Amino acid sequence: MASSRDDFVIAIRSAFLKKSYQQKFSLLTLIFLSLVILILGSLNFKTIQYVKIGINEVIYRSSFIVSAPENYIKNLNVRMKEHFEFYDEFKKIENELKKLREKKLTNDFLILENKRLRELINESSQSEDIYAKVLIDKNSPYLKSIILNKGSKDNVKIGMAIVDDSYLIGKIIEVNYTNSRALLLSDLNSKIPVLLEPLDIHAVLSGSGKDFGLIEYTKDGYDQQISGEEIIVYTSGYGDLFKSGMPVGKIIKNKITGQNVVNFFSDFKQLNYIKIVSYKTGVTN
Amino acid sequence: MSSLNKKNFYKSLLFYFPPIFLFISVLNEIDLNYLKIEYFSFNFVYILIFYWTLKSPRYLSYGAIFIAGLINDVVIGIPMGVSSFCYLLICVVTAYLRNITITPNFLNDWIFLLITILLVNSIQVISLDLIFSVDVSYMRYFINSGFTFIFYPVFIFLFNILEKKIKLKKND
Repeated sequence: MASSRDDFVIAIRSAFLKKSYQQKFSLLTLIFLSLVILILGSLNFKTIQYVKIGINEVIYRSSFIVSAPENYIKNLNVRMKEHFEFYDEFKKIENELKKLREKKLTNDFLILENKRLRELINESSQSEDIYAKVLIDKNSPYLKSIILNKGSKDNVKIGMAIVDDSYLIGKIIEVNYTNSRALLLSDLNSKIPVLLEPLDIHAVLSGSGKDFGLIEYTKDGYDQQISGEEIIVYTSGYGDLFKSGMPVGKIIKNKITGQNVVNFFSDFKQLNYIKIVSYKTGVTN
Repeated sequence: MSSLNKKNFYKSLLFYFPPIFLFISVLNEIDLNYLKIEYFSFNFVYILIFYWTLKSPRYLSYGAIFIAGLINDVVIGIPMGVSSFCYLLICVVTAYLRNITITPNFLNDWIFLLITILLVNSIQVISLDLIFSVDVSYMRYFINSGFTFIFYPVFIFLFNILEKKIKLKKND
């Protein structure tokens, strides 16, 4: 009994301390070093933050280069699919275009009316747009984020909104000198205030870690109210996080769970170029 | 002369294949999920580290594994040091397994891999969720562990072929 315990201790000690063939470091040293990095990383020392930014710069660029072949295969796959569905898509788009042209007229009128009303209450809304390329689209099973090729040198700041066409897709969470990371709305850690229209219900849109979002913090009866209606999710502008009225997605029923989920307007797997936007809403005197 | 150089280059490329592939994997995060199957994902890096540190640790240094872990953290966007710690834990298990094994057995290794990835993923999930307050999907981690376990025999077959080639070239 005692000898088997001794064997175990010897094996464990040897595993931790013995440098095997061509190993320059023992495992214990490296484990200790990784723990030190973890602890230092969690403390917000400026020097460490600068080192981290430097490492990020190099790794993001390298990752972009290394990912090129895989991205090419991915794009090829998408292009082939698109090619096969070309005719059906054309017919669908033709119909949609007809409807959209009709809607545009009403829309133009509403925009003008909105502008006039804003002028009446002396409210101004300014936006700054920065166009960025998606460097890395890491569709990791754990975190949904993208790396963009614009950073602090282009005036990108933490919290800025990320927009694909006119649809909100996420926000900036990390800024380096020449690049930045944006957290997508589908990530589990993403939570934004939204408005469900036309019911005028305020809620919080939370990421699910999958391709859809979930509506949280609403009244109990909300599920019954939305049955049979087409509900569009817009940003509510609460907390001054984003400009109000940015379209996010549409509420649909999940086929498997039967739960109401938000189907994002933008396809997060097909992001190439996006817009980083910051808004300033204020009352002009 | 040029053919000799070519041969040498090929030889050294084969010798450095495990670390090269490790770095490509962490920089690229290959998921091989082109069919967009929901929940399908496996951790190729775990398999790679487990195999090479168990069978031929001379081809994959702990230092390279440590740096690969740091790169992985930056690419995925989790706190730096988490992946390095997890990867090195796999190395501890394989070093222990090597010390206690007299005659290597595939089934034994396979079961050890399952225990290792369950342990490592649990540590990763706990540290991310409880210490760093990063929300993670437990189910995805669990399924990822399952697929990693299932795919091990496929990669062990490929790595065995590669290892034989490396050894042959080395003896040339």
